[in-house]
Amino acid sequence: MEKVIEVRNLVKKFGSFVANDHLNFDVYQGEIFGFLGANGAGKTTAMKILCGLSSPTSGEAKVASFDIYKETEKVKRNIGYMSQKFSLYEDLTVAENIRFFSGVYGISPADRKEKQDKLLKDLGLESARDSLIGSLPLGWKQKLAFSVAIFHDPKIVFLDEPTGGVDPITRRKFWDLIYEASDRGITVFVTTHYMDEAEYCNRVSIMNAGRIEALDTPENLKKQYSAKNMDEVFLKIARNVD
Amino acid sequence: MISIQHISKSYKEVQAITDISLEVQKGELFGLIGPDGAGKTTLMRILMTLLIQDEGTATMNGFDIIKDYKKIRNMVGYMPGRFSLYQDLTVEENLNFFATVFKTTVSENYDLIRDIYIQIEPFKKRLAGKLSGGMKQKLALSCALIHKPEILILDEPTTGVDAVSRKEFWEMLKNLQQKGITILVSTPYMDEAMLCNRVALMQKGKVLDIDTPRNLVDGYTRKLYAIRSNDMHRLILDLRSYEKTDSAYAFGQYLHVTGKDDEVEATEFENYLMRKNHEDLEVHDIAPTIEDVFMELLQDTIV
Amino acid sequence: MKQFIGFLKKEFLHIFRDPRTMMIIFLLPIVQLLLFGKVINTDIQNSRIAILDQSHDNTTREITSKLVSSGYFVLGDELMPGDDVEDVFRKGKVKMVVTFGPEFEKSLERDGKADVQLLADASDPNTARILTNYASGIINDYVKKEKLQNLQLPNQINTEVRMLYNEGLKSVYMFVPGIMAMILMLISAMMTSISISKEKELGTMEVLLASPLKPIQIVLGKVTPYLLLSFINALTIILIGVFIFGVPIKGSFVFLMAESFLFIMMALSLGILISTVAPNQMVAMFISVLALMLPTILLSGFMFPIENMPLPLRILSHAMPPRWFIVIIKNIMLKGTGILFVWKETLILMFMTFVFIALSIKNFKIRLE
Repeated sequence: MEKVIEVRNLVKKFGSFVANDHLNFDVYQGEIFGFLGANGAGKTTAMKILCGLSSPTSGEAKVASFDIYKETEKVKRNIGYMSQKFSLYEDLTVAENIRFFSGVYGISPADRKEKQDKLLKDLGLESARDSLIGSLPLGWKQKLAFSVAIFHDPKIVFLDEPTGGVDPITRRKFWDLIYEASDRGITVFVTTHYMDEAEYCNRVSIMNAGRIEALDTPENLKKQYSAKNMDEVFLKIARNVD
Repeated sequence: MISIQHISKSYKEVQAITDISLEVQKGELFGLIGPDGAGKTTLMRILMTLLIQDEGTATMNGFDIIKDYKKIRNMVGYMPGRFSLYQDLTVEENLNFFATVFKTTVSENYDLIRDIYIQIEPFKKRLAGKLSGGMKQKLALSCALIHKPEILILDEPTTGVDAVSRKEFWEMLKNLQQKGITILVSTPYMDEAMLCNRVALMQKGKVLDIDTPRNLVDGYTRKLYAIRSNDMHRLILDLRSYEKTDSAYAFGQYLHVTGKDDEVEATEFENYLMRKNHEDLEVHDIAPTIEDVFMELLQDTIV
Repeated sequence: MKQFIGFLKKEFLHIFRDPRTMMIIFLLPIVQLLLFGKVINTDIQNSRIAILDQSHDNTTREITSKLVSSGYFVLGDELMPGDDVEDVFRKGKVKMVVTFGPEFEKSLERDGKADVQLLADASDPNTARILTNYASGIINDYVKKEKLQNLQLPNQINTEVRMLYNEGLKSVYMFVPGIMAMILMLISAMMTSISISKEKELGTMEVLLASPLKPIQIVLGKVTPYLLLSFINALTIILIGVFIFGVPIKGSFVFLMAESFLFIMMALSLGILISTVAPNQMVAMFISVLALMLPTILLSGFMFPIENMPLPLRILSHAMPPRWFIVIIKNIMLKGTGILFVWKETLILMFMTFVFIALSIKNFKIRLE
């Protein structure tokens, strides 16, 4: 399988504080990769580096086969990003948001038109084309935000706690979208605080104090830590290290 | 201890909460469970005398929330949803400030906060803005407790906090409850409902149900199956397209599935899925969780 | 009281921990004052002039040396008759050409008349006007004192001009009161409105409101540090004005400080009023700059004379607190007058303070909405 993220001995220091301590991992094409860890474990730092927003102190990393030191522009062109905090402009309509992000990623107007129609049809949101994002229910917003994040067919999409504060049904519907994207060959790199969501990932890495303490399929992790579920795995790792 | 009667509140056109009534007993740990937009924050702000309800009345420890707002502000500890301490003050400075605001001192009420504060004391000279999420929560809780409140109102204290810190936080709440403090806490995490004495399940400004978590789960009468195979995504799609499936949702490593009219047997699902070539198939009965209950209630409100 | 002291302590910590606030409070007044006083100086100094002397007699030579020794002018070119004057201006270095007619001294002594022409580069009309005024003043002065009395020169403004209270026409006399008004507005109104709206924005106001603190305690706690700091600033500005720029304080120093105190109170209550309507720091900042700073600079008479404004703006300028404050301090500092001459302006400021406080109290919410 093709590696879309390759990380070797990645270190990021802020002064004397080591936020990322020699990270090593690969993520494969079409994989749903769960990136877990306690608050302050260094997830956000690592994610910023992989998105080309921050340079590591040392080590190597390739995202979509581009070097994150030298080819940040190409990296950015080949990834999508969505977080709970920022996704779409609330004061623009659905169509205006799509037009804006298409412009950012250099999608031609003709392509955009076609893809936009398909997207709205697939999501069943055709009637909302000219509604302001701010007026839509949270569940719709999220679906749209995700669809816009992968509108330019990136190789990888980074999701930073995409389901925080969402009701259980909407949360699960959101995961349906993640599975669909993965079926289309888009790699999904996701952080979450819901441990049940960790189970939906193909593989999960758990960070603690800047290091990756565990990385495997949920199945194997549960065996390895003789735990009933991922919640227990997580607690065991976090408590052991402390 | 807290008595809420028929409270409604709207902002301009948006109806934030509609006709909410509930009672919290003295010494109880009561949870408001629901997603964003359920109206949890609005209800808490009304109780905290920060907003005025359009309709209804409420009392806390016998005091009316409108007439006696000054008494309530003296008596209740409050932790808003956002981290609301001064980021440019140190841990110690924040705590001292809130102590003086409530006309008390840290040493006077140290007993109550000791167990919590002791965990952040090594960092007392650090600016609050530089603390990790879990430590911020502990500091905020210490500040909310500094005046020995009889009632504690906590708005989503565990949102955005990792699983370990969440667990610790709930242990702290249990300890405070032992000390006789009445606690009203809100959370979007369904699993935390099990840690409360009683919960109100909320959605879109309405209370769907109020009971002990145990009773809520026991009240779930549908027949629930846990199903898994080695291709979960295909499994969920196949089950949803099966005419005998009522609902199929992912729950961790299993899918929780209900059949139409609860008359579908486990073997029927099994046979159907075998025909669809699922491997490592596993189908068995499972006891519902609070999340199943909540989702069932959501389905009812949507229909 | 302990509550209040605790609050003050916290406020000072906020101020001292934020480098930007510290800069605005302590560096900005000094920088502004020096900037206006030294760099953006509209005083005429060492302007280059050219002389076209067709007489070359004693009188013209003496007038020339008077002009040069005044300090306002330096001698650039000496022109010869027939030189292209426009060409001299076009090169841009010379601001004014002084031309003495032929037989200057003779005709002055004989007819009491002589020809002198001042050609100024009016592409900068302000400078041109000031230059010609100065030059004619100096020439007039010389002729009056040194030559026959009651002699009149053609092309001259023969009225005696004395610039009372600011004989050197030093613009710094104007800038010190103006900048003082501006800085006090900025620190008092803008900083308080920002610091209160910051609490709203960060959600800490929610906790304060939910505590037993009374609104008046919150407001006083917020305002007191800035009252103190503004007062220190007023003092600094006055000291710099006096010791660096030589602005006199002819009136009572105590009275001056009392009026400054009143103005600070006015600005603080305005700041509170702004914070009651602004939901966050950005809006507070925006209102402060747009509604306070610009009018202070443009409409208070500090930069542009109020008399020259179109009627609507003139009317509007009455609503600008700094306008009245500037009148008051100019009176005290430059004329040495007491309350008898500025009671009207003082009352206006008091009235404004009262209105702002009343509106703030009406607007301040004990709840979130």
